[in-house]
Amino acid sequence: MNVIRLIAMEFFGMFVDDGNLALLALVLVAAVTAWVKLLALPPLLGGALLLVGCLAILLLSVRRAARTNRR
Amino acid sequence: MQTLTPILSTITAAFLASLVEVVEAFTIVLAVGVTRSWRPALTGAALALAVLAALVLAFGPLLALVPITTLQFAVGVLLILFGMRWLRKAILRSVGVIALHDEEAAFAKETAELHRQAGDRRADYLAGLASFKAVLLEGVEVVFIVIAVGAAHGQTLYASMGALAAFVLVMLVGLAVHRPLARVPENALKFVVGLMLTSFGIFWTGEGIGADWPGADLALLAIFAIVALASFAMVRWLRGTYPQAAGGLAR
Repeated sequence: MNVIRLIAMEFFGMFVDDGNLALLALVLVAAVTAWVKLLALPPLLGGALLLVGCLAILLLSVRRAARTNRR
Repeated sequence: MQTLTPILSTITAAFLASLVEVVEAFTIVLAVGVTRSWRPALTGAALALAVLAALVLAFGPLLALVPITTLQFAVGVLLILFGMRWLRKAILRSVGVIALHDEEAAFAKETAELHRQAGDRRADYLAGLASFKAVLLEGVEVVFIVIAVGAAHGQTLYASMGALAAFVLVMLVGLAVHRPLARVPENALKFVVGLMLTSFGIFWTGEGIGADWPGADLALLAIFAIVALASFAMVRWLRGTYPQAAGGLAR
């Protein structure tokens, strides 16, 4: 049982380090997917939005970490 | 070129990512072997590999039941989360916000812990447990990486070859030098792996929502280039705006 818990915790930790980054990335994917599937956004544009969105989220995350570290 | 691009990028991503994980596991197994004895070190490692093999055998065949677009989407999203986590840490390590991973320090910490436990009558068990945990936890990441970079394009075999090559390389070098592989430029490797996994994630999530990328698989290289340029720009900007103990990308 402990082994399973250990693996489950490690698996979760693999994806979530900065909770905000993970949450924003999931929101971005959900929003783009909904826009493509429900509002007929061209899928290629959706892919481009994913790229730009991921980079913006990464920038926010590293900026926040650097700011917190300076204080 | 269009056929080679995903194969080479899959092998490279699996090799580099696994190299980092295997080096970290090797440090702990080596510490156990040198400090206590090789019996618990190798028993723990072998048991962990058996658990990992059981996991792959149990869950691997289930992937074949998932429709390819659903698989690409799910794996893509997980890779975005996983890759961006690595990339974030690598960027922050490059500008000195968080400390670089140090294999010598990890080895010394594990050795000190094992020395503390030396008087315990369960010392062999605890040493074996340390080895088991290290191989299991780093191995879980290797298994995910192999499945993630391989499954979405039916290239699990190539991804496995990349991971196996990393394992063999670390074992050969490790057995030769018989000390922690502290000279492996871990942060630079993690930076590249973070870039690759994030690019794979965006590419496959895009395919999962129906994007027909221009240039097909070659688009992966373009995405990689954009993510890399943006990440290096972030490092430069952070170094200028928040000058701390700048570490540098070299290690």
